[in-house]
Amino acid sequence: MIDLSEIPVAKPAKGSAGKTGTWRVLRPVIRYDKCTRCRLCIMYCVENTIDQEPNLYPKIDYDYCKGCGVCAQVCPTKAIAMVPEVK
Amino acid sequence: MLVQKGKVLALVGNHAVAYAVKQAKPQVLAVFPITPQTTMLEKLSEYIDKGELRAELIKVESEHSAMAAIFGAALAGPRVFTATASQGLLYMTEMIYWVGGQRVPLVAAVATRAIASPWSIWDDHQDFVSKRDAIWVQMMAENVQDAYDITLMAFRISEDPRVMMPVMMGFDGFILTHTMERVEVLPDSVVDEFIPPREFKLIDFDNPLGIGAVATPDNYAKYRKKAMEAMERAKSVIKEVMANFEEITGRKQYGLTECYMCEDADYLLVGMGAWVGDMRVAVSRLRERGKKVGLLKIRVFRPFPREEVREALKGRKGVVVFDRAYSFGSGGVLSLEVKANAYGLTTPIHTVVAGLGGKDVRPRDIEGALEDLTEGKLEEERWLA
Repeated sequence: MIDLSEIPVAKPAKGSAGKTGTWRVLRPVIRYDKCTRCRLCIMYCVENTIDQEPNLYPKIDYDYCKGCGVCAQVCPTKAIAMVPEVK
Repeated sequence: MLVQKGKVLALVGNHAVAYAVKQAKPQVLAVFPITPQTTMLEKLSEYIDKGELRAELIKVESEHSAMAAIFGAALAGPRVFTATASQGLLYMTEMIYWVGGQRVPLVAAVATRAIASPWSIWDDHQDFVSKRDAIWVQMMAENVQDAYDITLMAFRISEDPRVMMPVMMGFDGFILTHTMERVEVLPDSVVDEFIPPREFKLIDFDNPLGIGAVATPDNYAKYRKKAMEAMERAKSVIKEVMANFEEITGRKQYGLTECYMCEDADYLLVGMGAWVGDMRVAVSRLRERGKKVGLLKIRVFRPFPREEVREALKGRKGVVVFDRAYSFGSGGVLSLEVKANAYGLTTPIHTVVAGLGGKDVRPRDIEGALEDLTEGKLEEERWLA
């Protein structure tokens, strides 16, 4: 067996870089009255921080969301608003 | 194990290496043709065409792509191989460092050749030594048999779990690549036993890994230290593999260095590569004339055989290193290595820079410099140019 500690490989794991949500400047907020549950935000989220239980609305994990805003851009009904974290 | 007798063939260096590669059974090859390596690529394609080698030969657009292609392939598990020279090796440089740092077991043959400018297709070692810091094991062949032997051993050393490092087999362009010599080849079944199945495989869908990710400063330094330790470990692995190979073939393998007539020598000649054959002639002739001279051949350039070299230098009246590559503004590359390991010793070390860009070096040129050394007439650095 090869010793993986010997060679530079990364083992992807949730939270291995700490709670990256603290990096966020703008916070995506979903307006559930506009959301059609199309799942585009889930598919586009680069950090895989949006999840959805079957037939329920998407939910953002703010511990890890970096606030990049991709979800807000792709949302076809403009249901995600980017709200400043600091007033 | 009984000594295994295979066939005796007449092969040029490129074909001998191709034969060894065929026997090592790589599954993926990516090679871009370049003088003086081209006939090796042609032979490998011929083996594939005839069905003697079951491998995918990727036709790449450059040497950079050749190394990148086998880098990716090697991560998925197959045994891989490439070969290049000179400008091709330089073009490959970025990926050379990538596979070294990633510690990917693979083998590359380098048909050593001068570097432009001025343009040259002839032999020297400037291309080979330029990869000394890339975390590669580097070995250098003296003759065609040696090129065949080292290529087989290279696969085993590279894939050893204690090493996990790419291996570069250097052999002098034209002088070895295009010269036909008597070569004893092992039976295929013996090679199968000598090189165990490859275990290295990083791509596993059930256990995903990120490869090529950024390393934070702490992690970067840690992996570089591990590579340093693995390089030191490689010394004993290389010796072990050579001892095993010697047992199988009955051909003396010596180890990281070879001492020729040097036990009682007052003056020592140090060299690496094909011209070591001419050096043997020069040393023997001087011995016949009563001069106590000897030869130290460097067979493994990385990891550099520090202990062996230091031991061999002790008690000599003078040492001359023959260099076929030069670090401009500093000195002969092999000389610098030898001098670095003579720290604290009083032995004077001279350099002869010769054979650059294929400039002919005859045994009597070597003999002349060595004789001048014994008579105290050799400068600290002499250029045969």
